[in-house]
Amino acid sequence: MVHKLFDLTRNLGAWSLRYVSGMGLMAIFFVKALVYSVTPPLKVIDFIKRIRFIGSQSVFLIALIGAFSGMVLALQGYHTLNRLGSVAFLGPMVALSIIKELGPVLAGIMVTARAGSAITAEIGIMRISNQIDAIEMMGLNPFRYLVVPNFLAAVIALPLLTGIFDFVGIFGGYLVGVKMLGVEPGTYLGEISNYLEMGDILEGLYKSISFGLIISCVSCYKGYYMGTSGYGAEGVSRATTQSVVLSSAMILIWDYFMTALLF
Amino acid sequence: MIQIEDLHKSFGENKVLKGVDLTVNRGEIIVLIGMSGYGKSVLLKHVPGLFRPDKGRVLIEGADIGALSGKALAGLRSRLGFLFQGGALFESMTIFDNLAFPLREKLGLNKNEIKERVLNELDQVGLSGAENKYPSQISGGMQKRAALARELVWRPEIMLFDEPTTGLDPIIGHAILNLIEDLHERMKFTGILVTHELHRVFKIAHKAAMLHEGVIKALGTPDEILASEDPFVKQFVSGDTEGPISFK
Repeated sequence: MVHKLFDLTRNLGAWSLRYVSGMGLMAIFFVKALVYSVTPPLKVIDFIKRIRFIGSQSVFLIALIGAFSGMVLALQGYHTLNRLGSVAFLGPMVALSIIKELGPVLAGIMVTARAGSAITAEIGIMRISNQIDAIEMMGLNPFRYLVVPNFLAAVIALPLLTGIFDFVGIFGGYLVGVKMLGVEPGTYLGEISNYLEMGDILEGLYKSISFGLIISCVSCYKGYYMGTSGYGAEGVSRATTQSVVLSSAMILIWDYFMTALLF
Repeated sequence: MIQIEDLHKSFGENKVLKGVDLTVNRGEIIVLIGMSGYGKSVLLKHVPGLFRPDKGRVLIEGADIGALSGKALAGLRSRLGFLFQGGALFESMTIFDNLAFPLREKLGLNKNEIKERVLNELDQVGLSGAENKYPSQISGGMQKRAALARELVWRPEIMLFDEPTTGLDPIIGHAILNLIEDLHERMKFTGILVTHELHRVFKIAHKAAMLHEGVIKALGTPDEILASEDPFVKQFVSGDTEGPISFK
């Protein structure tokens, strides 16, 4: 009984140490990525490739999800507002929900699923096949080639993708609200401009930038320190899963704190 | 010269290196032999500082690699080449770009100089015509030769080889060893070569060392190792299943 208690305490201690040191390692990783991102030289070609991968190649997915999010919001919102006799507020309801919350959050989660997972897998495979060691052996800094381009690309691409999500989402809401359910176009669009403020747009912008930081940091970290997840194909698979789960959870948690504390 | 002094390394509870001492003189090739999973690759990765020792140190031309960081470490590593077991070629780049990468990024050579050196080095390893292929489009032997060319393209003073012939057929394996011998003849690098293939590799080595249970069990010329009466060395060299080395 006493032995079991000792074992339990020891395991709990070991788990806590591992967890805390993991968080510390990720914090150091984040600071290093930040420092290298603002100090030259920037690997411009790698950066452009990553902008293409994280940004351009996500546009279709973001637009698709944005359109359907706006459409479903309009559909649900119309029936609720109709009961209250406030259908005129359909436009602001769709626009504010998308710009302040759904746009940055869903764009962040979609980019996590599409690009974040791929970044973790790619860097993880480079780790287990010694390609990262090979870069170090050349006297070069792997951070500059593997982490910084992803880091900067995500921070720039996320707000732009969120903008596309917002625009397409509001348009999707317009299609459902105006073309299907008969709300006046002038009411839908006019009320948006009445209720939407610059602060709302900035809220979405700040959130999307911070989500870009979260996605790039977590996905690069999980690939770069893949050794902590176990080696081989199983290790890459586990690291990729952890990366997607952690990024998504952090996006939702951070979204709450940003909303509660800043806006 | 490479000096390894009282090197210890553990991974969790597993003590892999328990006080390794080894000296490799300038221009010498030393072969490191031993059972699989007994830390030969771990020892090799300590030389360029890819692993940090728990205790002990590695000196390269008198500089303690464990005490270096940043630019000093990068500068020292620029004098080293490492042929990894799987080649570690960049899979997203062509063979040409794999060789051009360190020349462009580290040495800052112009396009014409890079092209000349890369094509020349590929010719040296018998890979002329393969420059536009990706690593996945060529055979394992060609990948090893391309990886060797990438390491040699910037003329390292020290070369570390981690099982350069493992997984290759005997003819290609032999060709790789001949290539290493020829390149050593030409470039006079100091080398450590980890392998299981004693007889073929011993022909190109000046010394051989056997790593067993975390320490250097035997050190001598290849002929001395082959003729050793030490029961551990004798069993390993002959490949007997009976003896003091347990493989279970």
